[in-house]
Amino acid sequence: MTTSDTNPDAAAATQGEMSAAMAAITQEYERAGVVETQPRLDYPPYRSSLLRHPTKDLHHADPETIELWSPCFGQRDVHPLEADLTLQHGGEPIGERMVLTGRVLDGDGRPVRGQLVEIWQANAGGRYVHKRDQHPASLDPNFTGAGRCLTDQDGTYRFTTIKPGPYPWKNHRNAWRPAHIHASVFGTDFTQRMVTQMYFPGDPLFALDPIYQSIVDPAARERLVATYDHDVTTHEWATGYRWDIVLTGSGRTPLETDLGEDH
Amino acid sequence: MAQLPPTPGQTVGPFFGYALPFQHDSELVPASHPGAIRLHGDVLDGDGAPVPDAILELWQADADGSVPQQPGSLRRDGWTFTGWGRASTDDAGHYSFTTVAPGPTDPGRAPFFLVTVFGRGVLNRLFTRAYLPEDVEALASDPLLASLPPDRRGTLFAAEEPTGYRFDVRLQGGDETVFLRYPGH
Repeated sequence: MTTSDTNPDAAAATQGEMSAAMAAITQEYERAGVVETQPRLDYPPYRSSLLRHPTKDLHHADPETIELWSPCFGQRDVHPLEADLTLQHGGEPIGERMVLTGRVLDGDGRPVRGQLVEIWQANAGGRYVHKRDQHPASLDPNFTGAGRCLTDQDGTYRFTTIKPGPYPWKNHRNAWRPAHIHASVFGTDFTQRMVTQMYFPGDPLFALDPIYQSIVDPAARERLVATYDHDVTTHEWATGYRWDIVLTGSGRTPLETDLGEDH
Repeated sequence: MAQLPPTPGQTVGPFFGYALPFQHDSELVPASHPGAIRLHGDVLDGDGAPVPDAILELWQADADGSVPQQPGSLRRDGWTFTGWGRASTDDAGHYSFTTVAPGPTDPGRAPFFLVTVFGRGVLNRLFTRAYLPEDVEALASDPLLASLPPDRRGTLFAAEEPTGYRFDVRLQGGDETVFLRYPGH
């Protein structure tokens, strides 16, 4: 793999070259023996990151004031129907209807209540409603692929959607992203803010994908894989997947009523 | 209690533009608000080229230093200050927020905007602070600024302008912005 050319859309390297580069990073990680829980910011096989990763270490900061709080969202912000991505147009979207549900928890296992969860995704054919997506797969007039909800008192979120398809991109020759749903999550502290991607169990593209593999620890990246849950699946309606999201620890001592407190 | 292992982050990718932006997302106050200022700048890569597919989040105290805990960011009514907003970079890598200058959360504290950067090619969100440059005494006693080498400190200062502040984000390179890691994260 050549890294001198930094055009992320050059599609120059083969999958074999890319897989070899990823394998070398895996070996170096195993030799080092220090467990990592987050993606590398500097992961050359993901070519868009070449010029967009900080080269200096992230600088330690003790969170203070606003960093220990998050914005507040409420019923005014999110309508309950926004959690159903299959109802946004006049007809039924094409594809496998599915429910995605789980809990948002902090590092101590406490539910994150009343917080905003946003998702977005490709349609069943692997196409995004986005002007920069040039993949020649069909747009679905009945599917936009963006939804929101608030977690409940148990930290639970729940979306009804269509299972997204895998799609090609230009990172390297014949590069394909495993099917995924993007998720944006807030905690009780802004330092817990995260955006991530959820994947489906057993995807054959996992080993080939530099974005998934940028989380070099196998156990860590498996935390992005949802579980098929037949108790979430509903009779003659939708298949069900469960995916819990654990945020990094909370710096602020939680209050009895962790909402609406003045600072 | 044992800490649960965290769910890892991932890049926001290139295709967030129809999902994360919302109407008035970057207008924490209307431009007609008497205290309205502009916080804006470029997001640049390691070659100094603009990053047209980034999205920034702003989270800040109100002008009086209080931490907003009012809902309504996603459906702004023009009267409620929620302290949080989003701005996508345009094709020239430029972002712009309309907001108010945050006040000190405690007397003597240096006020700052908390800026979070997401983008295609950015594998996990990046946190940084944009400090207001006026209160020199407060800045001199700020623990984070004091912990930085002098030649990097300047990357965290918003530059004063007639209409507000300019704050450029350099993802990589000699004048790379200082990005933050919090304990336990």
